[in-house]
Amino acid sequence: MGELEGFYALWYRELKVFSREKSRIVSSLFTPLLWIIVFGGGLGSAISLGGVNYQVFIFPGILTMTILFSSVFFGLYIVWDKKIDFFKEVLVAPLSRTTIFAGKMVGGSIDALLQGCAMLLFGVLLGIKYNVIAVAISFLFMFILACALVSLGLIIGSNMESVEGFQLIVSFLVFPMFFFSGALFPIKNLPTYLLVFTALDPVTYAVDGLRGVLLGTSQLPVTLNLIVLTCFAFVMVAIGTWSFKRLK
Amino acid sequence: MTFAVETEHLTKRYGDLLAVSDLSVGIEEGEIFGLLGPNGAGKTTTLSMLATLLKPTEGTARVNGYDVISRPADVRRSIGIVFQDPSSDDILTGRENLYLHALMFGVPKDERDKRIDYVLNLVDLQDRQNDIVKKYSGGMRRRLELARGLLHNPHTLFLDEPTLGLDPQTREHIWAYIEHLVESEKVTVIITTHYMEEADRLCNRVAIIDHGKIVALDKSSALKSKLGGDIIRLSVRAPRMDKLKGLNYILSMEQKGNTLRLTVKEASKHLQEILGTVGEADAVEVRTATLNDVFLHYTGREIREESGEGGIFERIARTRSGH
Repeated sequence: MGELEGFYALWYRELKVFSREKSRIVSSLFTPLLWIIVFGGGLGSAISLGGVNYQVFIFPGILTMTILFSSVFFGLYIVWDKKIDFFKEVLVAPLSRTTIFAGKMVGGSIDALLQGCAMLLFGVLLGIKYNVIAVAISFLFMFILACALVSLGLIIGSNMESVEGFQLIVSFLVFPMFFFSGALFPIKNLPTYLLVFTALDPVTYAVDGLRGVLLGTSQLPVTLNLIVLTCFAFVMVAIGTWSFKRLK
Repeated sequence: MTFAVETEHLTKRYGDLLAVSDLSVGIEEGEIFGLLGPNGAGKTTTLSMLATLLKPTEGTARVNGYDVISRPADVRRSIGIVFQDPSSDDILTGRENLYLHALMFGVPKDERDKRIDYVLNLVDLQDRQNDIVKKYSGGMRRRLELARGLLHNPHTLFLDEPTLGLDPQTREHIWAYIEHLVESEKVTVIITTHYMEEADRLCNRVAIIDHGKIVALDKSSALKSKLGGDIIRLSVRAPRMDKLKGLNYILSMEQKGNTLRLTVKEASKHLQEILGTVGEADAVEVRTATLNDVFLHYTGREIREESGEGGIFERIARTRSGH
């Protein structure tokens, strides 16, 4: 009972913060929109891939990117949280670290999911037609991806002492995860070196899965994508919980 | 006598550095107990161990009857903490902060609102309860955190430097609130501070802590009277120390450059004779002993000399680099 209320408290806090920091939401949607409108629109006027316009082709990739960036950043933010504000108060509460981790993780994932939702609406403007089932499965993909990536951010953040390493993580982890994921290109007939990285990148499976669900053009079966992604999420959540238990 | 907090050989080591050394002390129920010492003396480390945020290297402590090592969750539920740095969420309103605390500390649902109203009232924040904490002043924020510390009816309240960084007027204010809280809530309060006035004003008993050890522990008035006299400060170019040593009512003497600091029994009665003996004085100051004098007496230095923000980690850095 106590743990459940604690979990609710943590999640409630994230929701409040999310609803009050409107500028953060707007700016987190702005970059993906630029990608779709400028990059997708520009290149789309020349190419189409997999039977669809390039702009539409990269839409699932950019949707994933929205989740990727907001999730990892949410998790990393704990470096800051640890030092100041509310999180210190959370750490002295009579709650298990598993509960604290779960509250933080679900809170961040729902934030990311809401942003994904907004992007999904934008897809309608591109002329992509979804049915209810496609939307539901997309939500599932986005939520599992968010859980995994918020956990990843929390793992890194809880082991970091200062915010100085932020840029390093963005350059060497977040951007590679985006570029190798096949968000911008089809993962068919790739040169070997690229294929290896693409296969190792967990985000690939989210992009391919969402492409399958929304456009019907995935390389791997949607179920396989979902299984790989879920496994990745489980590993991340497990490591994250463990990291929180060690947190001072 | 029941103790709210009882430590047994409580020790914390960081590598070679002894942050807290073999601390054994009993803090009685209902008292305001002060841990007075310079930055890096081990006050916050002691508090962190009592609050189960840090594991002791050796020894243990019981807080409200629960052992900090074997029953940390019970300890946490029975204590309230106000940190040195602000720890309320500044994007949320005052009331929301309290609501979250009530959820996390398991305040029963039907008591939550009543309890929140009650503590808001204690610190006079009802009018501002729905403002975002970002809009609060430093003093208001500290008051909110005091209220939050009391929200779940703790038996013991820990205040870590409760007025650090506040202006003198706000400090007075917070002191008045703390006194009021103790009166109405009947909690045991443990304060760490490096402000003499704070310890003097608020605490029933004061432990002077230096380099992780308690060097003196008593009522502040008793500590002062242990010095046995008043303080005379003299500025003398060529003090005749040998002659002063002949005066048996001078309890202790200290010389630093031109400044002479004497602890004297019944100073006002003997002032004339001292002035006649010591030589030509440029300035004279006679006053009753303060906690600062007590501190000086036990540690051999003034609390203010430990300047800078050096906490325990700077001391670690210093020992590591061989200083």
